[in-house]
Amino acid sequence: MRKISMREAINEALHIALNSSPEVFTAGEDIAVYGGQLRCSYGLLENFGAERVFDTPISESAIVGLGVGSAMLNLRPIMELSYIDFLGTCFDQILNQAAKLRYMYGGMVNLPLVIRTQCGAGLGNGAQHSQSLEAILGHIPGIRVLIPSNAYDAKGLLLRAVRDNNPVVFIEHKALYKTKCHVPEEPYECDYTCDIKRTGKDITIVTYSAMVNQALKAAEVLEKEGVEAEVIDIRSIAPFEEETIINSVRKTGHAVVAHEACRKAGFGGEIAATIQEKAFTALKKPVLRVAAPDVPVPFAPILEDAFLPNSEKILAAVKTCLQ
Amino acid sequence: MFVLCKHSKKLKDLPGNLKIKQNSLSIGIIVASDYQHQKVFDKTIIRKRVEIKMTLLSKEQLINFYRKMNRIRAFENEAIELAKMNLTRAAIHTYNGQEAIAVGVCAHLKEGDYITSTHRGHGHCIAKGADLERMFAELMGRKTGYCKGKGGSMHIADLSIGMLGANGIVGGGIPIATGAAFALKYKQTDNVVVCFFGDGASNQGSFHEALNLASVKKLPVIFLCENNNWAISMNIGKSVNIENISERAAAYGIKGLTVDGNDIAQVYREFGNCLEEVRQGTGPVLLEMKTYRLSGHYFGDNENYRSKEEVISRRQECPITRLENLLIQEYGVLPDELKAIASEEKAMVLEASNKAKLAPEPQAEDLWNDLFAQDFENITWQPFVKS
Ligand SMILES: Cc1ncc(C[n+]2csc(CCOP(=O)(O)OP(=O)(O)O)c2C)c(N)n1
Ligand SMILES: [Mg+2]
Repeated sequence: MRKISMREAINEALHIALNSSPEVFTAGEDIAVYGGQLRCSYGLLENFGAERVFDTPISESAIVGLGVGSAMLNLRPIMELSYIDFLGTCFDQILNQAAKLRYMYGGMVNLPLVIRTQCGAGLGNGAQHSQSLEAILGHIPGIRVLIPSNAYDAKGLLLRAVRDNNPVVFIEHKALYKTKCHVPEEPYECDYTCDIKRTGKDITIVTYSAMVNQALKAAEVLEKEGVEAEVIDIRSIAPFEEETIINSVRKTGHAVVAHEACRKAGFGGEIAATIQEKAFTALKKPVLRVAAPDVPVPFAPILEDAFLPNSEKILAAVKTCLQ
Repeated sequence: MFVLCKHSKKLKDLPGNLKIKQNSLSIGIIVASDYQHQKVFDKTIIRKRVEIKMTLLSKEQLINFYRKMNRIRAFENEAIELAKMNLTRAAIHTYNGQEAIAVGVCAHLKEGDYITSTHRGHGHCIAKGADLERMFAELMGRKTGYCKGKGGSMHIADLSIGMLGANGIVGGGIPIATGAAFALKYKQTDNVVVCFFGDGASNQGSFHEALNLASVKKLPVIFLCENNNWAISMNIGKSVNIENISERAAAYGIKGLTVDGNDIAQVYREFGNCLEEVRQGTGPVLLEMKTYRLSGHYFGDNENYRSKEEVISRRQECPITRLENLLIQEYGVLPDELKAIASEEKAMVLEASNKAKLAPEPQAEDLWNDLFAQDFENITWQPFVKS
């Protein structure tokens, strides 16, 4: 099977989505002529035309709102927010509108809206273009939050999101765009479930997005030391599928949770709490968290390296947990 | 409403009866005032017809501007060299082609005045008097940089010189400028804030909210829109349905003005006129300066959204070249004198860059510093007794 990058996989999913349903359109800043600040939407304008693929002014609130309003009238918008940090300029449309309307109106409306956005640090983009804000979104009932870690999942989850009749925020980590894996050419969907990326019996590492590759790296090192780590990629913050994690922890008795977002009130806290609620008797040690420190993302390479969680930090936590 | 345009053909698109007069200083500039427009909107919009001052700029002043514009250009060129050497990180947004605006505007500002800036902020910093070595150090993420390496190219600030900061969020600085202007008024100073932002930023909600608030509070702020024709790949013709961003002033009951931002003499003069009014407490002004971004949006931009021919033709209107022509043709300055100035500036910039290259990197522990400030000690609670 061919290998393609996550960027190519997302581009392919967008082509499939637009090709499959006339209700699907996509818009955002610089997505049409330029092919996207995220470089994921190249070719769409040429293939589907300016009615369905268009650039917007720099007006994030109106961009998301265009998605919300048109979704209420049964279109299936895929809106692009070039950085998740720009939630700051459109949050009302997500928090109080997209997430609330269906419930508040007693189930009267569907909101088949996808907001694609980019998260993550590591490339020197500084404090206002590098954040991991999935936990903020995950806290809001009424929206789905997906966060793929590789090209295969990105394509399958994005198509799944487009078929969803509820608002979905789809978060792409900027450091993953170039990473490649096997991706079938035909359309397929991934479920909103955890995916076991590596099986093991000694410890469970629960993670997502860019930290999955770091966890897998750590697991390779552990293997040489005779420790079998199970790496679980949750893929979906909301809905959050717990069973896979609980079953794994019941088997291993140890768990480490890892994410790139800041530690305080990060989604790792939710995962750890779920484990202790549902698999307390299986736990031989407390659940440990690997996360970024509670500071904004700094610019200088030395500082950003110190900020970022990585395979070594995961390894250290695993060792503490297994001691 | 006043509209100053460089091309007479543009005037055709303007509503109302236009009075056109030739400006003696800046060749080819047409001054027009639109009386009908004044009638359409509320009387308060145009409080008085500002006389355009025809005071000629001295040769020394213009040479000084030339110096600073070259300093900015040399800084940006060197920043790109550093990027090529991988000494910087992420995007570098250069100010090439817009130098007349920062220089002509900041030349008027006095101690206690402030500016806010954007992602394209190097020129504003330099024009406001920032230290080049500390700027370069910040671009390279060094400990001696303006933000100790925490900010980078897009986030340089220097409160000591009245530079309230560059900003990575488009439109992020506009409400901040409004707040700073409120503080200046609250403190009863005659200082002002100049808020730099792009044409693209004028489509953010923050722009509209801030202009209205500044208007109703009559704040001393000049909203200075650098309309450089592009917002990344988005052409101004596609992002707004009006000829001039300054027309939006009418919606907020403030004065709006459009000038040629590539003509340093005009920038200096028109900004000076606005500033005088704003200092007197007449409330905010929306001043649009038309210019052109000669480089890519950032260093490395493929620029697939515009033709090479467009850029080449707009290069003829480069503000540095235009000032050169003015100085040579109208002020009798020799080309060699100008060349000498440009190379002096370049040398100074290179020296700053070379020094910054030797600056130390931050230490990993610095990650934890600077998040929260100490408590305010200068307060004693006074009981409040209801009368
Ligand atoms: C809130 C927000 N939206 C989008 C961006 C991405 N972005 C950075 S610069 C830019 C274009 C800005 O255009 P303009 O305001 O005209 O300034 P110019 O780049 O032309 O100086 C965009 C869309 C951003 N940084 N912040
Ligand atoms: Mg612009």
